[in-house]
Amino acid sequence: MNVLTYTCCLGLFCLVAEILNLRKILVPVIIAGLAAIFFVNVLEWAQTAPIIIGGMDMSRMMRVDHFSIAFSGLSIFTAALIFALSSDFYKDEPHHLSDYLAILLFVLSGTLVLFSFWNLVMLFLGIEIVSISLYIMAGSRRFDIRSNEAGFKYFLMGSFASGVLLFGIALIYGASGSFELDKIAAYVSAGAVSPMFLIGTMLMTMALLFKVAAVPFHFWSPDVYEGSPSLVTATMATLVKVAFFAAFYRLMVNGLIGVHDYTGDILMIVAAATMIIGNLIALTQDNFKRLLAYSGISHAGYMLLAILSLQTNSSSALLFYGTAYVLATIGAFAVAIPVFSAMKYESISAFNGLGKKNPLMAAMLTMSMLSLAGIPPLAGFLGKYYIFSEAIKNGYIWLTVVAVVASIIGVYYYFKVILAMYTKDADDVVVKPTPLYLIVMILCVVLSLVLGIYPGVFTQLI
Amino acid sequence: MGPHRSNHTAQLVPRLKHFLFCIGVMGVLFRRNAIIMLMCIEIMLNAVNLLLVSFSAYSGNSDGQVFVFFIMVVAAAEVAVGLALMMSIYRNIGSTDIDVLNKLKW
Repeated sequence: MNVLTYTCCLGLFCLVAEILNLRKILVPVIIAGLAAIFFVNVLEWAQTAPIIIGGMDMSRMMRVDHFSIAFSGLSIFTAALIFALSSDFYKDEPHHLSDYLAILLFVLSGTLVLFSFWNLVMLFLGIEIVSISLYIMAGSRRFDIRSNEAGFKYFLMGSFASGVLLFGIALIYGASGSFELDKIAAYVSAGAVSPMFLIGTMLMTMALLFKVAAVPFHFWSPDVYEGSPSLVTATMATLVKVAFFAAFYRLMVNGLIGVHDYTGDILMIVAAATMIIGNLIALTQDNFKRLLAYSGISHAGYMLLAILSLQTNSSSALLFYGTAYVLATIGAFAVAIPVFSAMKYESISAFNGLGKKNPLMAAMLTMSMLSLAGIPPLAGFLGKYYIFSEAIKNGYIWLTVVAVVASIIGVYYYFKVILAMYTKDADDVVVKPTPLYLIVMILCVVLSLVLGIYPGVFTQLI
Repeated sequence: MGPHRSNHTAQLVPRLKHFLFCIGVMGVLFRRNAIIMLMCIEIMLNAVNLLLVSFSAYSGNSDGQVFVFFIMVVAAAEVAVGLALMMSIYRNIGSTDIDVLNKLKW
């Protein structure tokens, strides 16, 4: 809860800094602030007392537990990496820098709400804080028609999904008489679940599948990822995707576990379709951002396995998978953004000959791609291993087989990028990343390796 | 309001709201003008507001009515952002027909 307050204060500080003309020091201050907030977050681990403000118990609205603290830590760390990339990304438009950074901080605060919600009101508010901020960010290149289109498509689809989510919440409220997760769970376990409640559950599930871009609700994601500015795409693909998954998991485990018989069948089909279709369409893509969008869709399919595996505590597996996915994706974007800005276009052929031009960057992108594909000893492999073994423990054997086959298909398109870097001829455009980009890409790859070799720190966390 | 209301009305009122919600959904799916789609999303949200208020009145707890205020505030913020995005599209292409938005395709 303190973490959320401090993050919002940091966002407000950003807006004030614009007035005080402090743009130059903004990014270092934010990263230092996020480091402090991360530390506060870690301190809360030992003592998760109920939050009392002015004599009122807030734990009916938000509940800070080990689950929320672990995911908040991941989220704050991801945000710090994105901020490290942002000072150079926005150097062409210094007048808007503080606005963009403030909105990114509000996205972060929205994700913190999503991790610790206990009341469906907070779930709705968290989703909307994240989404509305992202609509602005996606459309932030005002004179670029593609960015406008991405922002508007995201807006229409996202607010439609919010409407469906709200209708689901209203039906669940009508049946169970409460918005609080434990009271909803008590209503379900008392038996005699009304059809209205089941319809509400289905609508909420649908809306959340929409937000995490699972097939058949995925069609907005490639367009939005392609049209948005690259750094915003990186935010959507990492921070926001993991946040929606954590919220989905929290809702399913704490509120709707009693109706898992009904939701499980649908989620199973959706997960299988997401993994297969995401990977198959990714095979045909030329645009790197679209490729990562379809790769994100297929990773959403794997993460749905964790949401299906509710009989065992699969939150650690979800956290590990999320961390591996975030590290690999941010590492890939840290290489791709300088390449795109040098080459002026965003297809896979922009990487042609990068292995000769800049061997370090090529190596980092290779490692990130291998981690996304799930090749040992990188973290992506162990993430898949944990998720699949949770699914097998819960009896989803055939679904795990589908997942393994799908991830083998996936290796092909990740190698397409690697082949472009090492086998195609180079042109003479110089790609020279700034030191911050180098630090971020090396940090991501080193952490992927460390987590892949010593996973013990993470696996028993929650 | 309250439990003395006849059973017939108790059945009818939620159905009207479902109908209103469906009008909103159909509008978003079948109309091509961005402003009308925005209005249809508002119809969906207002159907939810009515549903929450009536559930709240029938069950005698006020949570649902408080939620309605949150939805109103968020809807206002959403419309502000949506209209701003629409303005910048209109400045660039001179239309609010969403079929013109076809630059991003596989």
